Amino acid sequence: MDSQENSPRKVVPIVPVKGEGERAGDEVQMVSLYAATQKIYPRSVQGIFAKWRWVMVVITQLVFYGLPWLEWGQRQAVLFDLGARRFYIFGFVLYPQDFIYLTAILVIAAFSLFLFTAIAGRLWCGYACPQTVYSEIFMWVERKVEGDRSARMRLDGEKMSLEKLFKKVYKHIFWLAIAMWTGFTFVGYFTPIKALGMEFFLGNMSSWEVFWVFFYALATYGNAGFMREQVCKYMCPYARFQSAMFDKDTLIVTYDAERGEPRGARSKKADPAALGLGACVDCSLCVQVCPTGIDIRKGLQYECIGCGACADVCDTVMDKVGYPRGLVKYSTEHAMQNKWTKEQTWRHVFRPRVMLYIAILTLVIVALLTSLGLRKPFKVDVVRDRASLARIVAGGKIENVYRLQIMNAAEKTMQYHLSVDGLRGLELATDSNVEVKSTESRWVSVRVQMPYDAAEPGSHPIAFRIQASDEQGQSVSVLQEKSVFLVPR
Amino acid sequence: MSDFISNFWHLYVAGITLVAIIACLILLWFSGKAKAMTANDNTTGHVWDGDLREMNNPLPRWWVGLFIITIIFALIYLAMYPGAGNNAGKFGWTSAGQYDAEVAKANAEVAPLYAKFAGMSAEEVSKDPQAMAIGDRLFMNNCAQCHGSDARGSKGFPNLADADWLHGGTLDKIKETLTQGRVGQMPPMAAAVGTPEDVRNVAHYVLSLSGSPHDSLRASLGKSKFGACAACHGMDGKGNQTMGAPNLTDDIWLHGWGENAIVNMINNGKVNQMPAQAGKLTEGQIHVLASYVWGLSNKPAASK
Repeated sequence: MDSQENSPRKVVPIVPVKGEGERAGDEVQMVSLYAATQKIYPRSVQGIFAKWRWVMVVITQLVFYGLPWLEWGQRQAVLFDLGARRFYIFGFVLYPQDFIYLTAILVIAAFSLFLFTAIAGRLWCGYACPQTVYSEIFMWVERKVEGDRSARMRLDGEKMSLEKLFKKVYKHIFWLAIAMWTGFTFVGYFTPIKALGMEFFLGNMSSWEVFWVFFYALATYGNAGFMREQVCKYMCPYARFQSAMFDKDTLIVTYDAERGEPRGARSKKADPAALGLGACVDCSLCVQVCPTGIDIRKGLQYECIGCGACADVCDTVMDKVGYPRGLVKYSTEHAMQNKWTKEQTWRHVFRPRVMLYIAILTLVIVALLTSLGLRKPFKVDVVRDRASLARIVAGGKIENVYRLQIMNAAEKTMQYHLSVDGLRGLELATDSNVEVKSTESRWVSVRVQMPYDAAEPGSHPIAFRIQASDEQGQSVSVLQEKSVFLVPR
Repeated sequence: MSDFISNFWHLYVAGITLVAIIACLILLWFSGKAKAMTANDNTTGHVWDGDLREMNNPLPRWWVGLFIITIIFALIYLAMYPGAGNNAGKFGWTSAGQYDAEVAKANAEVAPLYAKFAGMSAEEVSKDPQAMAIGDRLFMNNCAQCHGSDARGSKGFPNLADADWLHGGTLDKIKETLTQGRVGQMPPMAAAVGTPEDVRNVAHYVLSLSGSPHDSLRASLGKSKFGACAACHGMDGKGNQTMGAPNLTDDIWLHGWGENAIVNMINNGKVNQMPAQAGKLTEGQIHVLASYVWGLSNKPAASK
């Protein structure tokens, strides 16, 4: 870790990397195919981007920890009941048949990722990804207990003492508490959280609940406490394919090499121009604050999660030495090349690609909302009987049998009135009123009859009409379901 | 693995599995020893197509640890579960064994339920909503394929929801039908009846028995020839449940209505079969299922 700070100062190549001829002098060395992990001690940072990250931490965690505790009527507002195959989301009761909504949500998630990545690179990684958010929370605990970067490094270098042991135990207790609470909350989305809380304290959680609480607790503890940037560097697939979505108009954390180089320490009063120095005072703070341990002055690197910590800390340094801010900033490759102003840069950010993403995103969101708004509080599946095609019954009538699955997505008992239409004299031979209890689904066998000569032999389209009404007899909505009526030869 | 006659394939499979695992380990060991050339700008110095340079981004060491864990896991797995040729593994696991264990567990779970119903009469069982829900599932899985999901059958498959029974509709008779199956046999009777004209006349007589539309002249001519049928169906045509001979007077036509269908039946006869369920269903299941079927045609007046 320290090698970067203590190594003799030298100009590190900026991307694009220099050509073949200039690299001739580079020393070539043999290295192992595997790298030992170096622990990173990110320094705490204040600034506009750090503030935004904390805003996102607070919002995401309020939603995540808070949502399972909300009540909706007599039940948990958001509950994914996998056992009963019902998803409760506020006023909605979703059946497995509503899977299409999940598709829409995934499409929205994907296009949001495309959009934000095209605009400003790995925004998701830097501000909202659980890996970042929990690492941020865990690092905050670490800082409170062990102190900032230098104190932590000193502590880790010390021999074990009572004080060190105390600090370490203290930290891990806090970490484990947060991790347990996270695991508990996660399981609380799938099993009613209040009952789960009772079970937790009485010690009679089911073995699967115990497994998942501890599994997610362990994952949080391990990923946010120990793995941290390793997850982003070696495990996360999004990190890799987001880089493929960058182009030369994507805002990325950029070091203004032209302004900064040649870097070097100088007295505050000295004129950098006279010393032949750029704006970079080479304080190395940008490296110290980096959660992935890279030097942003080397240019865009695959490890960079776009968190903007280096931009924040560099701005404070620039303020201190009295230089203008923005030596490290969000900027685009084109803006750096063409020396665009902020306004010009932003104008180019909203390029056709971004506008297209926005248009698609809007379209899918509107489609989802419309579809949710028009959603009927029940569904019907019509399945022709698998055994008998058609039969002739008393009176010479032709009879077909159907199985109707009526799925009540309302949270009250509903009455359904069935009727059938499509052929002359077509009528139901079974009870046309069906009652289905709250959020339950029910199969009913339905016989449909037609006078002998009402239709030619063959297959005829028919339609079932199902009218839902509540217990007061108020008609709620009507569904039409198509099927076929078979007439034997 | 018993499909293989030669012992060679067991060794082949076991060998290939173990060699592959060991090869992974060797590869890992060599890759740990190997060194890559790297320049200061973190490339390997390899250049393709003029400007495509290979970066040197080494894997983290903990990844090697994970790899070793998977190898250890694989070896333990091979020792515990079948995988290395015909080695059954320490746990003696088989898919059939797991299935049997799960079935036995499920049966043990529902046994008290069926035991509760076993002591109840058909009437009591058919009034129990839980038993009827079970009966409905059993019917859908085992009976609906022929008798239809509403149990009203179709041509050739008897309607179970009416009061007409070929072999008797008491609980015991239904159980007998379920357990042992039934074979309904109508021999070709054309020769016994007489000429083709006689056969048509008998057909009209049969139609007349249930008051179906018929030619009354032919029916009266056919009446004298019905004697050939009476041996099974009875002089009055009301059938015989001990033989499974259907009632011809109730306007229920299992194998088709009308002159042609009846003529065809007299000429060619019919063998119809209900398969025995004894091997598929337990006694407790048959009791619930028989009660369910009984309940279809013996509905209490209130629920109609």
